[in-house]
Amino acid sequence: MSWDKHDYDHIPGTYVFNGERSSQGYNINKMAFSFNESTNREAFADDMDAYCRKFQLSDEARAAVLEGDFLGLMRLGGNIYYLAKIAIFHGYTVQDAGAQMGGISTEEFKAKLSKNSEGFEQKLTTIGGYFHG
Amino acid sequence: MAKIVGGITTSHIPAIGNAISQGLQQDPYWKRFFDGYKPVKEWLAKVQPDVAIIVANDHGLNFFLDTVPTFAMGAAASYENADEGWGLKTLTGFDGDAPFSWHMIESLVADKFDMTICQEMRVDHGFVVPMTVLWGDHEQWPVKLIPLAVNTVQHPLPTAERCFELGKALRTAIESYDDDTKVVIIGTGGMSHQLQGERAGIIDTEFDIECIEKIIHDPEWFAQLSNTEIMEKAGTEGIETIMWMVMRGALTDKVNVVHKHYHAPISNTGAGVLVLENTSNE
Repeated sequence: MSWDKHDYDHIPGTYVFNGERSSQGYNINKMAFSFNESTNREAFADDMDAYCRKFQLSDEARAAVLEGDFLGLMRLGGNIYYLAKIAIFHGYTVQDAGAQMGGISTEEFKAKLSKNSEGFEQKLTTIGGYFHG
Repeated sequence: MAKIVGGITTSHIPAIGNAISQGLQQDPYWKRFFDGYKPVKEWLAKVQPDVAIIVANDHGLNFFLDTVPTFAMGAAASYENADEGWGLKTLTGFDGDAPFSWHMIESLVADKFDMTICQEMRVDHGFVVPMTVLWGDHEQWPVKLIPLAVNTVQHPLPTAERCFELGKALRTAIESYDDDTKVVIIGTGGMSHQLQGERAGIIDTEFDIECIEKIIHDPEWFAQLSNTEIMEKAGTEGIETIMWMVMRGALTDKVNVVHKHYHAPISNTGAGVLVLENTSNE
């Protein structure tokens, strides 16, 4: 038994959500999916540890959920859209979780996004035809 | 016969819906982005489509990872938005067009696109944000919605080329429908962004703008990119831009550019807006 290698495995700091990760993280994501129901969110908020056990999370996964360790959850097969449903219990947006995964503050993360976008208006002007509201 | 009045692209991120519900359109952070939708709204008011086919991915509302269809089409008389786990206000009253959906599904399957058929479908922000950013918030929407869900979550994903081919088959399906329905196709998602991992926060405006130009003028170029090549440049969630290719495939080889707009960053993403029309001589 062996999982396929992929041509995207080299992309740094990236956890492409393939079969291997989805299989590994199935229970984490299944628990997160249950949070679409508000009654389940209440049950989780009441006793997070017990709720994780109900979904048969590993000790490692349970600890990562309780601590809000999103990089840990990524490594255990969590999918970012499902982790977004967990993040809210830690007062996190997806952006906060992204900052945490990169080891920076949310303000630094936002500054990084702005810096990465710098100069685009000039490119639009060069090409022409863009709306410049 | 049904007619494609044009194609639109838009981001579908939840932050846009939140900004609308909080009335932040004139906020300095948002103004340039939202201003770029005014010409789109004017165009929609002029062409008055009856049906919007919205191409988007589900983010864990209608589909869980137990069953992941690569391509799925709604075939319901109506669709409901629902709580995605954040307890936000849900929008209601999206009328569908079941006979048209079934016609398209029959045509697509005959054309070797084996669609998953959804007679019930909860539509998440991927479908609802495009509706609100283009038409505003309504109790009764001025256009019918037909969701076309593309898997951009669980790898392996369809290729950009496959999405482009689906668009071509969609054109055949629409234009063979025996009803005077006016259709707009909305490719949603993207552009560059990565929400996950240590690499979260990348934006590549140069690649985004190149993709916009190529998708307009040379979609075969984008169709030839592998999903890995797209993820290397645009990030794991930036892969959503493949859904624009469904829209583009449904239009004529050459298109008239009614409007093009780009802004970055919007939340974590580069955001591209296009309005394209068919050239009449094809």
